[in-house]
Amino acid sequence: MKQTTAVGSPRLRSRRRHDVGDALFLRVTQAFALAMVAVVLLALGVTARSAWPAVRAFGLGFLTGSTWDPVADKFGAWPFVWGTLYSSFLALLLAVPVGVAGAIFLSELSPRWLSGPVSFLVELLAAIPSVVYGLWGLLVMVPWLRDRVQAPLNGALGNWPLFSGAPYGVSMMAAALVLAIMILPIITAVARDVLRAVPREQREAALALGSTRWETIWRAVLPFGRVGVLGAVILALGRALGETMAVTMVIGNRPEASISLLNPAYTMASVLANEYAEATGRLHVAALSGVALTLFVITFIVNGLARWLVWRVAHRAGGSR
Amino acid sequence: MATPVSAAPEVRRGGDILPDQAALPVKFSIRGLDFYYGDHRALKDVSVDIFAQQITALIGPSGCGKSTFLRCLNRMNELIPDTRTEGQVLLEGEDIYQRSVDVVELRRRVGMVFQRPNPFPKSVFDNVAYGPRLHGTPRRSELEAIVERSLRAAALWDEVKDVMKRSALDLSGGQQQRLCIARALAVEPEVLLMDEPCSALDPISTFRIEELMAELKERYTIVLVTHNMYQASRVSQRTGFFLSGELVEVGVTEQIFERPQDQRTDDYIRGRFG
Repeated sequence: MKQTTAVGSPRLRSRRRHDVGDALFLRVTQAFALAMVAVVLLALGVTARSAWPAVRAFGLGFLTGSTWDPVADKFGAWPFVWGTLYSSFLALLLAVPVGVAGAIFLSELSPRWLSGPVSFLVELLAAIPSVVYGLWGLLVMVPWLRDRVQAPLNGALGNWPLFSGAPYGVSMMAAALVLAIMILPIITAVARDVLRAVPREQREAALALGSTRWETIWRAVLPFGRVGVLGAVILALGRALGETMAVTMVIGNRPEASISLLNPAYTMASVLANEYAEATGRLHVAALSGVALTLFVITFIVNGLARWLVWRVAHRAGGSR
Repeated sequence: MATPVSAAPEVRRGGDILPDQAALPVKFSIRGLDFYYGDHRALKDVSVDIFAQQITALIGPSGCGKSTFLRCLNRMNELIPDTRTEGQVLLEGEDIYQRSVDVVELRRRVGMVFQRPNPFPKSVFDNVAYGPRLHGTPRRSELEAIVERSLRAAALWDEVKDVMKRSALDLSGGQQQRLCIARALAVEPEVLLMDEPCSALDPISTFRIEELMAELKERYTIVLVTHNMYQASRVSQRTGFFLSGELVEVGVTEQIFERPQDQRTDDYIRGRFG
């Protein structure tokens, strides 16, 4: 037909104007998206470059070495890596059961007049600045832990590796507890929303088959929402790995990798916060950059693993068992 | 057994109490049932008997209370906050709203199929095995037998016997609904409540489910809510017509569709409203 090929027709010209707008829109959004990628890559590049002297000086020993001595210019980051991973793991161990249970209560069991205020308070917990948690931890929790928990534990079970060492108060245990309290609202709030989003039909199907309330939650609601609940846990883990202020205030800041809950420890984020401002030696700065790089990479790996886990669970969700 | 159509074509108005009908076992006896959503009275003094081994269809326009009524029969409405039930629902003479009644056991005896297929995001096998596992069937071989029997009863076995480990969500809508029927049958209920089971399905799947219902009524008491009058006339032996929470009329299906006694039933069936 003639009209469709007539390039000069007014209708087609106006089309072309739309095309220009669309293209512009595409380019602009594309540029912003790429800018974000660039920021990540640049941060990685700059950190890696400033860490380079330490990598060259210590090689892989930087990650596995346990001596951190700025005076002697010897730097091994293992205690910090250990401290970060161990404290985050312990925090999850404490917070996940409590958080998920709280979410189940709020979404499934609580009467409506109660779930509103409780949800609000839980979300308020997430809004408290971490330095406040740290202060509370240091002034209130740590003395209490030392006198009421650690001393008796150490007295009774002091020959267990888990409870060996002197009960100082500031310790891995204190850090894990503060972290657990801090990530609890994330787990609770996100998991609650996930469970609320489980379709009513799923609950009714389970109930109509003669499930009790508990069986309905455990065998229908939770399995349906497990991907989302896992997402909540990962979000919390991300926060725990990077948390700096509160942990620095209660963990004791001793660069020593120990399984004991009573011993002071150190995390990657804490050592950066404590030493970066005062680091003068070239190698010291490089070593701290190396710690930053390690934290960066670990966060990356953990997130990648988490994504993979979510993907796997999501794809298996329909499969057998 | 299934002798419903030979029963005398009786006619009852809602609110009336039905005398026992010749020779048919009464499964549910509902007396003066009221149901409230908050202040809204969704069911008004409903009294009706539901007979065993036949299909009772409940018809009426949207919001007339037919689904609410159905959900009163296995106490499913209790899940909705701010609701209240008054009156009696007798299952084989026992009031299911008594405090002493075990709701879990009640729901095991009175199964339900929902409007939209709602399989669990599990395998075909695990969906059907859900109920038996819940009520304690530990032996694998026994479980497999129950699953096969239920799937056969739901006319789905031939289609899924090779994909038992696949996700139930991979099945078509019609297959999913039959899976939900199989899942309900696996706990060996006495009554099957079906809440517009075909409204989300295509005509062919609908036809298969209707065939299935006709088979199932030999062994189960079926109460079917539908807004498709043709479906009610095709598959049911008795039909009740609900309007604004009132059971206007209930009787043998042919009579309801051919010689309704109430003007409102007549209007609805002739398509004057609803």
